[in-house]
Order: sequence, then structure tokens, then C-alpha cells
Amino acid sequence: MPVFFLTDLLLFALLALALGFGFYAATQEHLRAPWRSVLRSRIGAVSLVVLSAYGCIGLLDSIHFHPKLPQQGATTGPSYSPEILSLLDLWLTPLRTQQEKTYSAPFATHLYAKEQIRLPDGRTVRDYPRLRFGGAHLEDPATQKAGDIARRSAFGLLQAFGVWGGLVALLLGWQARCRGYKQALSWLFGDPPRRAALLTLGLLLALGFVVAALAPYYHVFGTDKVGEDVLYQGLKSIRTGLVIGTLTTLIMLPLAVLLGILAGYFRGLADDLIQYLYTTLNSVPSVLLIAAAVLMLQVYMNNHAEAFTSLAERADLRLFFLCLILGITSWTGLCRLLRGETLKLREMDFVQAAQALGVGPLTLLGRHILPNVLHIVLISVVLDFSGLVLAEAVLSYINIGVDPSMNSWGNMINSARLELAREPIVWWSLSCAFLLMFLLVLFANLFADVVRDALDPRLRGARP
Amino acid sequence: MSRAPLLQVQHLSTQLGSLRVLEDLNFCVYPGETFALLGESGCGKSMTALSLLRLLPPNGRIVSGQVHLNGRDLLQLPEFAMRQVRGGQLAMIFQEPQTSLNPVLTLGQQLAESLRLHRGLSGQAISERAVDLLKAVGIPDPERRLGEYPHQLSGGMKQRVMIAMALAGEPKLLIADEPTTALDVTIQAQVLALLKQLQRDTGLAVLLITHDLGVVAETADRLAVLYAGQILETGPSQAFFERPLHPYSRKLLESLPDPQKRGAPLATIEGRVPPLDQRFSGCRFAPRCPLAQEICHQEIPPWHQLDGERGVRCFLWESTPPLVPVRPVSEKIREAGETLLQVEGLRVHFPIRGGLFRRVRGAVKAVDGVDLCLRRGQTLALVGESGCGKTTVGKAILRLIPITAGTIQYDGQDLARLRPRALRPYRKELQIIFQDPFASLNPRLLVGESIAEGLQALGLVPDPKARRRRVVQLLEQVGLDASAYERYPHEFSGGQRQRICIARALAVEPKLILCDEPTSALDVSVQAQILNLLRRLQQDMGLSYLFISHNLSVVAYLAQEVAVMYLGRILEYGRVEEILEAPQHPYTRALLSAVPQIYRTKKQIIRLPGELPSPAQPPPGCHFHPRCPEAGPDCLQPPPKIKRSETHWVRCVRRR
Amino acid sequence: MSAYLLRRFLYAFPILLGVNCLTFALFFLVNSPDDMARMQLGQKRVTPEAIEQWKRERGYDKPLFYNGEASGWGRFTETIFFEKSLRLFLFDFGSSDAGRDIGYDIAQRMWPSLAIAVPVLLVGLLVNLSFALFLVLFRGTYIDLGGVVLLVALLSISSLFYIIGGQYLLGKLLRLAPISGYDTGLHAWKFLVLPVIVGVLSGIGSGTRLYRTFFLEEAAKDYVRTARAKGLSERLVLFRHILGNALIPILTGVVVVLPLLFLGSLLTESFFGIPGLGSYTLDAINNQDFAIVRAMVFLGSVLYILGLVLTDLSYVLVDPRVRLH
Repeated sequence: MPVFFLTDLLLFALLALALGFGFYAATQEHLRAPWRSVLRSRIGAVSLVVLSAYGCIGLLDSIHFHPKLPQQGATTGPSYSPEILSLLDLWLTPLRTQQEKTYSAPFATHLYAKEQIRLPDGRTVRDYPRLRFGGAHLEDPATQKAGDIARRSAFGLLQAFGVWGGLVALLLGWQARCRGYKQALSWLFGDPPRRAALLTLGLLLALGFVVAALAPYYHVFGTDKVGEDVLYQGLKSIRTGLVIGTLTTLIMLPLAVLLGILAGYFRGLADDLIQYLYTTLNSVPSVLLIAAAVLMLQVYMNNHAEAFTSLAERADLRLFFLCLILGITSWTGLCRLLRGETLKLREMDFVQAAQALGVGPLTLLGRHILPNVLHIVLISVVLDFSGLVLAEAVLSYINIGVDPSMNSWGNMINSARLELAREPIVWWSLSCAFLLMFLLVLFANLFADVVRDALDPRLRGARP
Repeated sequence: MSRAPLLQVQHLSTQLGSLRVLEDLNFCVYPGETFALLGESGCGKSMTALSLLRLLPPNGRIVSGQVHLNGRDLLQLPEFAMRQVRGGQLAMIFQEPQTSLNPVLTLGQQLAESLRLHRGLSGQAISERAVDLLKAVGIPDPERRLGEYPHQLSGGMKQRVMIAMALAGEPKLLIADEPTTALDVTIQAQVLALLKQLQRDTGLAVLLITHDLGVVAETADRLAVLYAGQILETGPSQAFFERPLHPYSRKLLESLPDPQKRGAPLATIEGRVPPLDQRFSGCRFAPRCPLAQEICHQEIPPWHQLDGERGVRCFLWESTPPLVPVRPVSEKIREAGETLLQVEGLRVHFPIRGGLFRRVRGAVKAVDGVDLCLRRGQTLALVGESGCGKTTVGKAILRLIPITAGTIQYDGQDLARLRPRALRPYRKELQIIFQDPFASLNPRLLVGESIAEGLQALGLVPDPKARRRRVVQLLEQVGLDASAYERYPHEFSGGQRQRICIARALAVEPKLILCDEPTSALDVSVQAQILNLLRRLQQDMGLSYLFISHNLSVVAYLAQEVAVMYLGRILEYGRVEEILEAPQHPYTRALLSAVPQIYRTKKQIIRLPGELPSPAQPPPGCHFHPRCPEAGPDCLQPPPKIKRSETHWVRCVRRR
Repeated sequence: MSAYLLRRFLYAFPILLGVNCLTFALFFLVNSPDDMARMQLGQKRVTPEAIEQWKRERGYDKPLFYNGEASGWGRFTETIFFEKSLRLFLFDFGSSDAGRDIGYDIAQRMWPSLAIAVPVLLVGLLVNLSFALFLVLFRGTYIDLGGVVLLVALLSISSLFYIIGGQYLLGKLLRLAPISGYDTGLHAWKFLVLPVIVGVLSGIGSGTRLYRTFFLEEAAKDYVRTARAKGLSERLVLFRHILGNALIPILTGVVVVLPLLFLGSLLTESFFGIPGLGSYTLDAINNQDFAIVRAMVFLGSVLYILGLVLTDLSYVLVDPRVRLH
């Protein structure tokens, strides 16, 4: 039985919007040209592949449902578990369910801490117990582990290569149909951005398949305090990061665009009011405003606990409100930018010509102003993304971010950082969170740079 | 000539990325002379200058050639030695004085840099020399100016400072890249005179880079014509203007507007400058050349060196006849129709706010009491220098900016009083064409959509199919292909865009079109095309033009009546013959004499001192009196309007 | 100039009033004082008497806007809006929900905050400027390209990583500096080393990149070509002409954050155990002490507006083109 969270719906609405814009842009030369130059750059193509991989995981994690319970006896109709799962959970079932007792290092076969173990002969010793799942299939881990890992990795690599080869063959075949085999080969590999994108895809596939081959048998990134697989947590956190990075800008966008353009075009009283509004909002340090708002939200939610059907729904609503609050604190920058640009545009000759032709103010805003500031909106969306992903971690760390029960990199770091004091140090949770976050932010930054340069090189210095 | 050349350029070729922007350039400059490099935009003029200084942009490089300055090959010098040459023997001034000076350093500091570097001066000697230099370029009160920043100076003053800075290293050769293009004619006359005087005093040679044939004729001793990165012709300038050898040069001269050519279309050059990323197999001008033969397309023409220092790159140079002076075509004197537009007492003041609560403290009187009368089917030109308020008049008539006072009678209706909604029906009567063809079309709209905009907005042609037919018809009317409908503005050249703008204005079938400097951003040959088009449309459709321009030759060619504007007021008003032949106001006279002309008859230039005052604090009485050569104490009173004839009046107390 | 300053200060009032209304709405309209009391006292077993007492002790037992029981001006002054929000205009912050004097705490705690924030700003400025100049000197070469890639990578690392990594590497493994803590007076320096290093490091990515674009923007302008045409060496062009102009946006960008330095950094201070305003705020957030959060929001807005005014003034100082009226 499917479950629709608010952020799920918004995320898919955003996807639909992006696809719709893509189709529309494909018909408009002035929109298509800059995006083509994004794809023509090697960095742009590579980042797009990596970001798509993240996006796919995030989207898989955004389709939720109550799993069907096995039919019991003669009850009529199917019954559903109260638990809410996503497609990603389904796919990662072994990771989700193979829970150890407490910490264990990556690829470990034994627990991190010593315990009393009762031997078969009745004696008890204090030693590192075997893990319930990690490497459980090995008779003698000390001798077999390395070989087993190598074998499984090689198998994963082989699979990855097979899939990649199949994909390449498919593309080649498609191109060969229209331009001949030789041409198709140079189309695919002679073109630097396309080659780079293919290689990146190969690399990602290899990584994915190797991990997929190992994960059911080992904890690739170890386990956390309650024995949950860290890799699973890291992957689940991707959705949180994506939601924060995208929905926040989506929520603030209509307001910022509308107010910015209105202020710049009509000037006078409207301009004064809008400027007052954003100066006031801007003057509150954003962390404090977020803190205040989230605190109030918390109080409200605690006092109205009955309004939520499940913990997951509550956590999701909190995520949505976090996006809303982040959006409210961050729309001012875009609004000011758009106001300035509109002020410039309204003095342009083509706007004056339209006025001289009797074009009304609404048509004028829609036809002449909006299309000419759209690139700024797009640039700010991609530029803001990486900053928001980083901000989520910080906010969750100081307890004004997402719900503590929700998987997020900030929560992972928050719960793991105290363990740094342990001897030997528990480093894997932090590493997993930082690594996944770093890769996402890095490629988002690279992509944003390419997009900005393609859309408007003048804005190079505009990043705060 | 047996003199040794100061600068000798041989086989210079330069690439910018994959473009061969200069191809096998050969010319030399002798000590003390002015040598002009003449060409339209994109022909490689500025690249030549930057190549000589070895200051090409990062993706540019000199492929081959030699540049000898005083016998030394500059292209072989190591960079540190080249730095001694730059600003030393070889100095340069640029087109945009507004941006070419460092905004955060004082003039004194910027002058001192050169003096320290090239003259080895220090301490007191620097400021003494700097004062001398500023004096030499005619800057009043130089001691005080040394401590000022560039933004405190006007454009003309900045260009003088640029010249002073170039002179600091006591150069032998000064490269002047369009030194007066950004300046008004009266200021241009000042700067050109200054350059001439400096040449006389110091024996400086000038390499003048310009597109302006008039400037060349007035200042250059010899010249070279550049086209698509190649020199097509060189020679002494007098001989050149008497008999240009290359068909391109000839066409350029013929396409210049001139009062003599009134009533007849100007010569034009069809097509565009070829892209430079190709290997040429024939003459670069052949595709646009009216005389082109088979051979012109197949073989690259060799360089013909003639006696008298003339040279030409053309197969057909011998067959080009000398220029025949155009005889005035007797224009059909059109019946002066009834009055279409009558503007009276038009004022546009922009408030100046200040103080604690930003209260209005004063006003910039951009337009301060302007009367105009435009008849059906006629062209009224509004002439003046930048900042005089002529564009503001135009926009105020169209109600694009708020009007402070005055009436705008159109067809018996006062447009100044109408509310926006009531104004809408009149939108189709009055239209506008702008100066900058790159800013006047929305880059996000198809050309067809832009043209159809008025038809749609005013509901003139509600049916989309009919609208499309009408747009295609308009495109053909302005000489564009119907396929332009589906294309975006960036695919068109400046001239083509201006045609699109004309089509957009024509779409609503206006009776009056306001042309705001429609050709001043265009090259001469393209300007001729647009002027021809405007003339033809006027004849065919009986349009009236209010033609706003600073270019008196264009006005003389196109207009029937002229209003001369200065600091928000009209100083003189009359039929074009009256203004051109018997100008009454001292300002009109100075303006007319300052326009560089190729075939000047009366060689006396009236130089105006100073520059346009600020419209926020206009001088009392006659606005012009602080610069007027004839001013007297009675000029402090508001000048009376003196009628010289039925059609001609002047606002000057001296003409009583 | 003085008219300008006066106008700016007058203009600050409506903004601060707006901020006050905003916080008031957030703190008292979204949730009633009763809700907050229930939250503070624990959800389950709360008697109405306990709530009333909690409210009375902290002054939340009055009406929000209008007090019908009082007389005269008291109808408006003896309200929560007046006492908790408008009093802030007099910098009278009152006492925290835990009963401490907020004004005193702020005065005590802003010095440790400054002790960290000022060195981070200055050292960071120096490092970023030098790094950016270095890259611009080598612009168009592989050194520049490598530098830019490095900057993007540095920029993509979470600030949490810099702190945790710095603590682990410098404090725990190399034992170069104490991991956290603070001392009074000059002895504090050794506790400052680590947070300052970490603070500077985490700012290099964005700072240097921004400064580099400022430099490149200036390098493309016409007056630079003029300077070269004068025969100046590349070094002089860079240091005299480009640097001089690029410093304008850099300096004014620094000035705008100067007043905010008082507030300290939430993250750094709490990680390193520095008793500054940042950790004060964070503790208040974690203890849900709304009085402190409200005071800090107001203080932050005041400092932000001060920053804007200072920025305008600094423009007048460094840019000869700017005048204020």
C-alpha cells in the first residue's frame, strides 16, 4: 500500500517541472544553446553523471509504501505492516536487516568490543565475538577473508564490466544504424565529454557492483553503536541531502522571483516595501532565525503530537518545515539580484519599444522581463544546492536540523563524533558521511560552475 | 621619399584563436607625420595597434612579420626591453577615456608612473613635469588636477589626460586608437587640434586608427585602408580622396551622406565582411564588389606599388575612374502638409533629492521648454551634443517618461494629458527606433514575435495566421528574407537588426516615427543602407520622422527642418538649407564648423572652449554664453526669440 | 554625510521593529506561553499550578498586547509585547528563562568570541589574499588550474570535517595544541591556536576563490591595458593597479561582517569549549531558553545594520568615486 509523504510529492513535482522545462528548452534555441555547452564540457558531463547517480538513489528512496504482510490463515484481504519502507529499502534489504550488536569495523568479522563468550565446552572467555552477519559464511576468517573479498570483488567487477559493455554496445548499435560503425565508434569515444561521461559511468558501475557483491556478506563501512550498517545509513541520507538542497530553493523561488521583479519594475512604494521586507529578514542572523523557528516548530509538534499518524510522517513534516524555514532565510539574496537586474532591464530599449507599442505591464513582465532573468534564477538554484547540503549537516549537528530519527549525514556525524575519543578510534561512520557528502557537494559545485559560465559569465563574482 | 621611416611594418600577420585577424600587413610611418589606418568595425584596426605594442589578448599571437621602430625589430625584443619601448618611444591612447584610466589612483600618481619609468625622474621633478604635461594638453588649473581622480573629469578632459600620460615618456610615435569616437564633435575638434599642435611642437608621429573618413581627411598625411585584416590601399590622403583606387574605398566614400546627395539614394555595399576563419582563394572584397570579375574570385590579387607612394591590392584598379563630385539632385519639393505634431513648452525635470528625508532639493532640467512642430510627410531633425536632452524630448513625446509641463498636440489631442488607458489608441500612431540595435530587440523572442508584438498588444490583427502574413510582408518591406521570422536576433548583424526594429515600428502603421540616432552605432556602408530605407519608406508611405541625431551630415542629407538643441533648450530652428547655409546662432556655427569634412570649402573651424555644463545648474540667461565667442553682458538675460524668416528663428540677443 | 548617517539610523528603527515583531510572532503567537511552560516542565505530569508558577517567575503571565487590568500607559507597558520585545530597544535584555542576567552574560562572553573571530578574520584575509594573488600571477597556467581544482575541493568539504579533522590530527595525534578549553587572560592563547587554524582552513576554499574572481575581473578592464601600454611590469600592474581596485570589494566585504564577529561562531566555540557568545547561543538553543535566543536575534540584527552602515562608510574611505548624501 503506497504512502505519500509531502516531500515525496514535492520532489516528484520538482522532477516533473525539471523534465517539463527540459522539453520546453529543447524547442527554444536560446535556452538550448547554453545547456548544450554545459554538456559539451568534460566537467559538466562527468558531474551530471555522478549527480544523476545520486538523484536515482534519492528518487528510489522517495517511493514509500507499507509492505504487504504474508497472508495469515483465512483472513480476508491482504494486511499491511505498520512499517513504512521505500524502494531503496527493499533493494537494500540485506543491509537493512543484518543488524549486529554494536560497533564493528569495515569488513570486520568480529565485534569492536570484547564480550563474555560462552564456548561450546561451557567455559566463558572474554574475547571479540564473531559477527552475526559480517563474514559469517567464513570458516576461518583470518585466512579466508582476503581471498573471499578479492573473489567477490572480481566477480562484481566482471558484472559491472558486462553491464557497461552492454550499454556501450547498445549505444554503438544505435549510432551505427544511422551513421555506420566507424563513425559511431568515433562518435562515442572520439568526443572528449562523451568519453569522460562513459568512463565515469563505468567507474560508478564498477563501484556499485563491487559494493553490491560484498555488502550482503560484509559491512563495507562497518556498523554503528546499535549495530546498524553504516553504508545503509549513508545511502539513506542521500535523500535527505537532496530534499534539502532542492526543495528549499523550489519553495522560495516563486516568492523571490515575483517580489524581485515587481520591486524592480514598479519601483516606488512597492519597491520600498519589498526592500524593507528583505532587509528586515536579512538582518536576522540566519542561524538564529532558523534556530528560533525550529525550536518553535519543535514545541508545536510536541504539544500537538496527536496530529501525526506516524513518527516517519512527523519527521517528514519537520524536514518540509526545515526546507521552508531555510527558504525564507535565503530568498532575499536572489530577490535582491533579480530586483537589480529588472531595474537594468526596464531601461533597456526593447522594453521601452514594447511600452511604445502599448504592451501592458503584465505581458511586459512575462514576455520581456521574466525570460531575461530566468538564467539568474537557474544559476542561483544550482549554486545554492551545495551550500544547502552542507548547511543541513551543520544544522542537524546543532540539533536544529532534521528530526533525530531521520537518516542524515548531519545526524550520522552528530552521533559518531563522540566516539572519536575511543581507543581504537571509531572512524567509519564519520568517514562514510563525509565521503558521500563531499562527493555530492564537489560535483554539485563543479556542475554549478559550468552552468554559471554557460548561462552568464558576468555572474562569476556574484557568489557570496 | 628618401626619409628613413620611423616605423616600418613588414608582412605582419596575427592570429586570434583560429581567426587570422591580420594578414601580411605592410606600411610605414615617417617621423612627424600622421598616418591613418582606416577601416570599418572588425577589420583589424585595433589588433594592429595591439600587435605593434605586443599587448594582444591571451589567445592572440603574432604569426610572422617584422616591426621596425627606429631600426630595431620590436618582435625580436625580449619582454623587459619591450617594456622600455611601450610608453617610451611608442605610446598609445585608447578609444574609451571613461574606462582607460585607473579609477582609484589620482591623475598625479598615474602620470608619475610613466615619468619615473621612462624619464627616471623622482620627487619634486615628477610633479613639476606632470604639471607641464597637463598644461601642454590644455587642462586648466593643473596643480589642483594632479590630486584629483579620473571620475572628477569629463570625457574630453580624460582623453587629454590620456594624451598627457602618453606624452610623459616623450614618445616618437603615438598610436591613437579611435581617440575621438566617444567624444562630441566640438570636443573632438578640440582633441584633434591638440594632437596637431603637439605634432608641430614635438615632431611626434601619429598612427591614427579610425573609421571616420572626415577625421582622416582633416588630419592624416597618408593613410591605409584596412578590410578584413588586409590592407587594400595606401597613399597620401589628398590623392586618395581625389581618386580612390580600390572599389571598396570608392564605395565607402560614395556611401557617406552629404547635403549634395539629397534626394537620391546613397551608394551601399551589400553583404557582410567575410568571416576570417577561412583560407581565402580570391580577393576578400570580391563577394561584395560590384565590379568583380571572374579572376577576382579565383586569384588573390597582388599588391601593385605605384609611384607617389600609392599602392593598391586589386586587379581592376586602373579601371576605377576618378570620383565625380555629386551634383545636387533637385529634390521634388513636397508640399508642406498640415501640422501633425505640435509640442509646446515641453519640460522634463528629474528631481534631485537630498538631506535627511530625501526631499526634493532641485531638478535636473533635462528638457526645459522645447517647442517643436512637425508636418505630415516631413523630417524634423533634433540636433545636439550628448547630454543636451534630445533623447529625453523623444521619450517624453512618446510618454515613455513622465512630463513635467507642456503640451503635445497630436491630431488635435493633447497627449501630455491623457491617462495611460486613453493613450493606448495613440500608441499605433507614434513609434520609435533606437540607437543601439543590440539592446533594442529582446534576445529571447523570435524576430517574428518581436515584430508582431504591437499588432498583438493593440489587437490590430487578432488572427495569428493573418498576423504572420503581415509580419512576412513587413520583413520583405525592410529588405529581409521571410525566413528571418523563425530566427533569433543574435543571428543578425547590427544593420539587419536595425531593419527588424524598423519593421517592428512599421507594423502598427504609424504616422510618425521617432528615430533616436538610428545609425550612429553602424558602419558607414550600413548607415547608408538604413538611410536609404528610411527615405524610401517616407516616400512610399508618407511617414513623418522626428530624427534625433548628433551627426550633422546625416541630418543634412535626410531632414527638411532642423532644431538645434543645447542644454535642454532649442537655440535655433529652421529649414535645413537655412541652417546649413546661413546659421545664425554662434553655437550652430561652431557645431557646423567642427564636423570633420572631406572636401572642406571654408577652412575655418570655430573652437568652443570648455564643455557642456550640468543641466542641474545651467548658466543663467542664455545657457550657451559661458562658451560663446560672441557673449556679452546682455547674454545674462533670457535670450529673445528672433525671427529671421517665416521658417527660421534663433534664440540669441546678438541677432536682434 | 551626517545627514546620511542620521537617516540610516532612523531607517534602522522600522527594521528593528520588524525584527521584533517577527520574533514576537515566532515566540508568542505560534505557541502560547502555556505551551512553552508545558514543554519546559516536561510533557506528561504538569499541573496547571506549576505552569502558572513557571509563567509568573519569568514574567510570561501577562496579556500579549493589551492589559485591561492595568491603568494608564500600564495597559500597554505591562504586556508581554512591551516587556519582552520593545524593551530590547533599550538593550535591556532582561533575565534568561533560567534566571540569569542576559546583559551581563553577553558582556562577559563576547570577549572570548572576539579572541577567536578576529584572528580568524585577519589571518584568513592574509592567507586568502596571498593565495589568490599567487594564482592570479600564474593565471592561464597549470598552476592556476590546479589551484582552482584544489579550491573547489576545499570548498566542498563540510566545516564539521575541518573541525573534527583538526581536533583529531593536531590535537590528538600530534598533540600540538589542547583539543578544547579556555583560560582567562593571556593564557588563553594556546587554546586559541587550534580553533584559529581550523577557522582559517575552512575559509580558504570560498575566500580565495572569490578573491581570485575579483582579481580576474579587474585584470580584464581597460585601465590595465593602459598600464601595460605605459610599459609597467606585470608585477607593478598586478600589485599597483589590479590589487588597488580589487581591494575595494574585498575590504568592504570584510567590513560588513566586522560587527557580527561579536556573536562568535556557534560551531567552533561549542566544539572547542570556548565560553563565547556562540556557545552561549547554542546552549540556549539546546536548553530551549527562549529569552536568550530572542536577545541574540535582536543583537544580531543591530550588529547587521551597523555592518551595513560601516560598509557604506568604508566605501567612502577606499573608493574615491563614492560619496554619500
